[in-house]
Amino acid sequence: MMVTQRSSDEWDRPAPVAGSYAFVVGDDPEDPGSLLEVSMGPQHPSTHGVFRMDVVLDGETVVKLKPVFGYLHRNHEKIAENISYLGSMPYTDRLDYFCSLTNNWAYALAVEKLAGISVPERAEYLRVILSELTRLQNHVCLAGFLAQDMGASGTPLMYGFREREKILDLFESLTGARMMCNYMRFGGCRCDTPPGWLDEARAVVDSFPRFLHEFENLLSSNEILMSRTQGIGVLGKDLAVGAGITGPCLRAAGVDYDIRKVDGYGIYPRFQFRVPLGEHGDTYDRYMMRILEMHESLGILKQALDGIPEGPIIDPKAKLRGFRPKAGESYGRIEAPKGELGFYLISDGSPSPYRYRVRPPSLVNLTVLEDLCVGHNVADTVIILGSIDIVLGEVDR
Amino acid sequence: METPQQIRDRIVGAVAGLQVECLPNGAPAGVPSLLVGRSCFREVAIFLRDDPQLRLDYCSNVTGVDWPERTEKFKVRRQVGEVEKDVEESRVIPGCLEVVYHLYSMSLKHGPLVIRVRTGDRSADVSVPSLTPVWRACELQEREVFDLFGVHFDGHPDLRRILMWDGFVDHPMRRDYVEPDDYDYEPTPHDHVLDRALARAKPGEAGCGSGAR
Repeated sequence: MMVTQRSSDEWDRPAPVAGSYAFVVGDDPEDPGSLLEVSMGPQHPSTHGVFRMDVVLDGETVVKLKPVFGYLHRNHEKIAENISYLGSMPYTDRLDYFCSLTNNWAYALAVEKLAGISVPERAEYLRVILSELTRLQNHVCLAGFLAQDMGASGTPLMYGFREREKILDLFESLTGARMMCNYMRFGGCRCDTPPGWLDEARAVVDSFPRFLHEFENLLSSNEILMSRTQGIGVLGKDLAVGAGITGPCLRAAGVDYDIRKVDGYGIYPRFQFRVPLGEHGDTYDRYMMRILEMHESLGILKQALDGIPEGPIIDPKAKLRGFRPKAGESYGRIEAPKGELGFYLISDGSPSPYRYRVRPPSLVNLTVLEDLCVGHNVADTVIILGSIDIVLGEVDR
Repeated sequence: METPQQIRDRIVGAVAGLQVECLPNGAPAGVPSLLVGRSCFREVAIFLRDDPQLRLDYCSNVTGVDWPERTEKFKVRRQVGEVEKDVEESRVIPGCLEVVYHLYSMSLKHGPLVIRVRTGDRSADVSVPSLTPVWRACELQEREVFDLFGVHFDGHPDLRRILMWDGFVDHPMRRDYVEPDDYDYEPTPHDHVLDRALARAKPGEAGCGSGAR
């Protein structure tokens, strides 16, 4: 049977208006208006904050992409250079507001290196426990958001948030705040655990694998997720190393570099864990890295919760008020959930740092965004950006 | 990894005429850094990346430091008349902008090596060679140093402001930066819309003009 197609011109309606909302950049006389420049963001929900991508499109295909940011810039570094060393500890919470405890640790580590402060055993264990819990809740949210970006509206994200809330409850009962924890101090931690906290933490850790199994059943071999992520946004090994990509994105490209293993800061050398590595460097591998890292984090947490000793939680010789390290400089870095988070400090012997610098993993990981997106569809840029895992509080500082 | 002093000696031995100096670090267990001359900066960087013993293939951190001109006071023992005395003298240390790079090796898993380069005069002679052609990791971070410190990177493929907006004139991370009195005005892509709205508004009308603010 022949189907006659009906033209949409038959309907009676006002004549079309010339011009497009998108800015036409192509001036190809054969095909006028073939290239469109579209500004995605800064209010677009898929950009995870106030972030803008200036995308040049040929139809649906990305030809060029420039990230634009700085909307949350408050010059964190300048502020920190005008207050005491301890004064900027609560402010580091606001960098990557998902992972305030790892931010605290990186800053404390840099200051401890600068002034030569030691950390008691119990505090080291607490730091490891808290930063692995932070990694769990960051990765679980990332996986949820990634599924949300693909159109799995709500369900996986809410499952992730349900588990995250249990971890945030632990943070709240220990530090007094869900997200802005401000918990670590130079030479240790602020306060000891409340009674029963370690048992609560153990209960959360023990119930987590069941959730992870359920989450993976739902997503990891889902046909839509696989077809939307496999082979999309492939990051090669050489580009990843050269562009300074760190964290799960780097390991998804197959480069074995985990600062917990390489530097062995804190007491990480005592724990048994593996570093998951990807093969293809595509978005699916970046997703899987997060899932596998959560399994390893659970292993570290079990060992740390079993091994945590009694004792002081802060070095009694560490000075909190009137703290003036000798002139010198130090660079402390840790494996934050998003990559290498570093603090570079220069002291001139005064109570505030002469130079205070945050090395933000989110910002440096954005270097390759254009390389990953060019040649893919517009809808894929959203997923690629989601799989890089940025937080604008840290990118803009 | 070798000590910075050994690396310095090896660089100077390998290629004649390179200016590399080892700067001490006062922090306990702090590693010294290498101060490299501007003219041979990229050459030294390529050496550090490609040398088989070092293989510093990963540039982790790039940042600027502002050193304004300062006077340093110090004491010298001098013959004053008949007696020998401690005399206080002062000398002027010229100001400069410094760019610091932290290098690591991902293949050999060592580091860091800290290299730094200094500009000349802070107002007129602010260019240094860009290392983005050597390590792409410098791309966004050098743009940030350009934006906040005003260091000009020669050979950077895309040197634009990154955190401040394009029309901004000063460099906020410099020590002598003075904040404006009024933060109200900040250009937006919608400025022409605001202008039109203001032009049409009657004085004192809600939402527009000075009365509402």
